[in-house]
Amino acid sequence: MSIDQATVRKIASLARIAISDAEAAAMEGELNGILGWVEQLGEVDVTGVEPMTAVIPNHLRLRDDVVDADPLTGGNRRDDVLANAPAPQHGFFGVPKVIE
Amino acid sequence: MTELTNLTVAQIRDGHRAGDFSAIEVAEAFNANVAGAKALNAFIVETPDHALAAAKAADADRAAGTLKPLSGVPIGMKDLFCTNGVQTTAASHMLEGFVPRYESTVSQKLWDAGCGMLGKLNLDQFAMGSSNETSYFGNVISPWKRNDGGNAALAPGGSSGGSSSAIAARLCPAATGTDTGGSIRQPAAFTGISGIKPTYGRCSRWGIVAFASSLDQAGPMARDVKDCAIMLENMAGFDPKDATSLDMAVPNWEAALSSDLKGKTVGIPKEYRLEGIDSDIDAMWDAGIAMLKDAGAEVVEISLPHTKYALPAYYIIAPAEASSNLARYDGVRYGLRDLPQGAGLQDMYAATRADGFGPEVKRRIMIGTYVLSAGFYDAYYTQAQKVRTLIARDFEQAFASCDVILAPTAPSAAFGLGEKTADPLAMYLNDVFAVPASLAGLPAMSVPAALNREGLPLGLQIIGKAFDEQGVLNAGLAIEERAGFTARAEKWW
Repeated sequence: MSIDQATVRKIASLARIAISDAEAAAMEGELNGILGWVEQLGEVDVTGVEPMTAVIPNHLRLRDDVVDADPLTGGNRRDDVLANAPAPQHGFFGVPKVIE
Repeated sequence: MTELTNLTVAQIRDGHRAGDFSAIEVAEAFNANVAGAKALNAFIVETPDHALAAAKAADADRAAGTLKPLSGVPIGMKDLFCTNGVQTTAASHMLEGFVPRYESTVSQKLWDAGCGMLGKLNLDQFAMGSSNETSYFGNVISPWKRNDGGNAALAPGGSSGGSSSAIAARLCPAATGTDTGGSIRQPAAFTGISGIKPTYGRCSRWGIVAFASSLDQAGPMARDVKDCAIMLENMAGFDPKDATSLDMAVPNWEAALSSDLKGKTVGIPKEYRLEGIDSDIDAMWDAGIAMLKDAGAEVVEISLPHTKYALPAYYIIAPAEASSNLARYDGVRYGLRDLPQGAGLQDMYAATRADGFGPEVKRRIMIGTYVLSAGFYDAYYTQAQKVRTLIARDFEQAFASCDVILAPTAPSAAFGLGEKTADPLAMYLNDVFAVPASLAGLPAMSVPAALNREGLPLGLQIIGKAFDEQGVLNAGLAIEERAGFTARAEKWW
């Protein structure tokens, strides 16, 4: 299965990455090279094989139902959370106008 | 007195404990080496003050009789670990200037153990690469040169290339690395040092910039096996903040080190004998087999029939997870924002990500987005996940007849910078021996075993059963003792 430049632009749009026509042209070849190579997986007989979801058997835990049980990941850290935001405003993340 | 920067982690720890030297002297010696090695470009940020502060505390602790396990040992920190108050970039423009307000679990454990930080080590951007040529902050150069009289700059391997280069050049005695598909083992092999990727879940992923979460695993890189054991003991451990963290006690790997392999069986996977591979690699592998026999082990041939599918499965699974993980870089919450004049929210996302990610990162996000997209998900992603099950099953069956597996770490010695950048696939093939153990979550390490005909280091890889880091370290030690690898790069930087 090979992809064309329109598909490359579609993927870029899904991935929210702006690309120029020149980049799309270059990527068409690269992505087709990689996709053509991974295609060999199709020849493996996987009848009755479950897809792997956890590599090492483990169980999901529930943390204790306590507010701020871990102060690092608990609440009341607004300033820390916003410290690296490019455009914080009034204690919130700032974004360009979304609703006209 | 021996030059302090030639000492191993164990020698620094023990020498400091015995009062042979102060931690300040050690930190100053390494700080000077770091400052004098700009040509290697191993560090993105240098933190001499952090190392000195820890050293001062170590000397005070010694006076007070309250020494910690790694008091006096300065280390390098891969710039993928979030460090409180110190820029953490994942070698990307996207995170340039990002200063975390928290500390990753692994780095915190090392500071709690008494370590100091010499600096944040360069890497492939978001840990995506095998040569350290995808860093936004420039290539890391290996301290090694070919013996052909040429002056070609060589790759230190990747993605933990700053770590490997810095250790090989004696800029730090040990460093952290992370391994998603070989990123600890391959750079270790390229630079003549040791490195271990433990069982998936041993080291907490909390605070490590995520690449592919089902594969990412932190581990130590150092000059020898004992140092790897010491470092790993101080990095591993259960962390409730990581949902995949293993709730198991951390063994005392250092104390249990033994190179006596009597009663152990070593498996040699026949599928790893690649047609047309460099004869130096095969010769090193055969020598390694002889060394393990000499250590008392029995050697048997094993089969890992799905080996050839590991790499293509990896290059679906890892990019798929990356495309999801890296969706967080949106120009809103942290990192770069590129807001073209008059742009709306969607345009800001696209511009930010176009500007903030390098070509290899974009390539992988695009591949990942494609294989997860409607209509292709089952054909690519689900199929790869099923093949991953088969690869893990291969190992399970092989381990019914052996305790550890011996193979080369990489199919070649270090290559020159720029030699493989034109063809992404050629670069990917470098991890052909490393990726299967990653997909199966198994512990695996690389130890330096020989020099090739160009005078460059080659590494042997030992793969163990889940949770059996001890078996891996012990086999590594048996090789280390017999290989007698003492070569080091001649200083030119």
